[in-house]
Amino acid sequence: MIDAKRRPSNASLGRKLVVALPYAWLIVFFLVPFLIVLKISLSQSAIALPPYAPVLDFAAGWRGIARFFAGLSFDNYRLLGSDPLYLLSYVKSLEIAAFATLMLLAIGYPIAYGMARTPRRVQAVLVVLVVLPFWTSFLIRIYAWMNILQRDGLLNKALLALHIVHEPPVWLATDTAIYIGMVYSYLPFMVLPLYAVLEKLDQSLLEAAADLGCPRWKAFWLVTLPLSSPGIVAGVLLCFIPIVGEFVIPDLLGGSSAPMIGQTIWTEFFGNKDWPAASAVAVALVCLLVTPIVLFQHQAMRTSEKG
Amino acid sequence: MRRVTAFNLFAIVLGIVFLYLPIVVLVIYSFNASRLVAVWGGWSTHWYTELAGDAAILSAASISLRVAFVSASLATLLGTLAAVALVRFGRFRGRLLFASMIYAPLVMPEVITGLSLLLLFVALAVDRGFWTVVIAHTTMAACFVTVVVQSRLVDFDMSLEEAAMDLGSPPLRTFLSITLPLILPALAAAWMLAFALSLDDLVIASFTTGPGATTLPIRIYSQVRLGVKPEINAVCSIFIAVVCVAVLTASFAAKLTAARGAPTRL
Repeated sequence: MIDAKRRPSNASLGRKLVVALPYAWLIVFFLVPFLIVLKISLSQSAIALPPYAPVLDFAAGWRGIARFFAGLSFDNYRLLGSDPLYLLSYVKSLEIAAFATLMLLAIGYPIAYGMARTPRRVQAVLVVLVVLPFWTSFLIRIYAWMNILQRDGLLNKALLALHIVHEPPVWLATDTAIYIGMVYSYLPFMVLPLYAVLEKLDQSLLEAAADLGCPRWKAFWLVTLPLSSPGIVAGVLLCFIPIVGEFVIPDLLGGSSAPMIGQTIWTEFFGNKDWPAASAVAVALVCLLVTPIVLFQHQAMRTSEKG
Repeated sequence: MRRVTAFNLFAIVLGIVFLYLPIVVLVIYSFNASRLVAVWGGWSTHWYTELAGDAAILSAASISLRVAFVSASLATLLGTLAAVALVRFGRFRGRLLFASMIYAPLVMPEVITGLSLLLLFVALAVDRGFWTVVIAHTTMAACFVTVVVQSRLVDFDMSLEEAAMDLGSPPLRTFLSITLPLILPALAAAWMLAFALSLDDLVIASFTTGPGATTLPIRIYSQVRLGVKPEINAVCSIFIAVVCVAVLTASFAAKLTAARGAPTRL
């Protein structure tokens, strides 16, 4: 800041306060909780309150702290590696997230592309239309699909009426239902970043390509697609990361055969009351997502600094 | 020249139909007279009157609204401060950690945010209830607020502030009388977003809530797990109606202020 030196000294106190308040909040309620998860993932499950051991005991002085560190172990992580249930759960989460994100890209791109080509006035209306479902509750929108996908729901009624099937197929409690739910819920997260990039695309580049005799599909492949890559990256990250840890959609629409990782954490915690195992599963999930999360942060910071 | 092809139109129409069909079906079925959810028994407002007598749902709704109001207000305050720090203060010590903590919760799976906050509350031996949910929602929503306010501050005309300061206005007063009124629409949008996020959240609230603080999504979830119920259709329809009116009003208001404020943004 150019005029920083001119400001009176109480201004710098004010500045410190502006940073300190949200900084302190995030350290106490975001960073520290995560460190606690890390610590508990190295503890043992115990029948006590809280249900894990060792507990850091400052009252016992150095001996307490020494005992605490001696009590830590990697047993929970060994369990993660050896029990196929956990491994399956991670594989299933990654698989669903990867395919769902691909489907979202395939469905979202034509929508965003179409939106960007409509007249300005229509664009504003379309953006509101795409954003509006995002504001209505996530849970409600999944519940709405339960209505449609149930055995004698609207989808089966329509299929039977059109004589496409003769026996009502089962939709709920299948992976198909999970994919429908994921694509439906995350579509705005894919369409909006793509639209933001496509809308700013310099049309004269496409005109130049056309003037030089480039066919339209080739111009799309060589000009539009590469130029929209920031939107693709943003959309893919915004969908992929939360889908891996998704709980509500697989829980309500999916079957019980192979749970996704979010469900595993939930049942370890609420069902089995095994807090250390739940923490270990959570830490492993973060490790799995660390690359995409860092990529996302990097991109978010770059966009915000570009101004 | 931009031209809307049949394919473009097809994609848009199909996309919009896909987004709205389930919601429309839900609202229509909330007026179903039949107790069997899959059978259409004619129009009726039976489930809405039933709802008015359901004390559990009503108290859950009131708790949800109060949590959302308090946490949205706190999140707007914290998020705005964070946005000001990120946009205006250049490189300060610890900026990288600060920015990381702002952006990480945006994509962090809710299960992990919920679990970690619960373990914090247990470690601190705090009784869980209304305030723990408020704290959890504030933490989650503050990051979204920061992003919204930040984008407004980035294309803010600094010369207005500089003029005020050159004329001897202290920074706090400059902020309150110049900056704040100009970013107010962004603050309103951010507050609404935070409110909606809090009202919507099931996972984080399930982890951080305690006895006597059952929010509406937790209540709905516990009913819905057992299958589709006509009363829940009615609750959801009311929720959707409220949200639609609020969002449409807000985007209309934003358009009005944007049209009025346009010259100052040049």
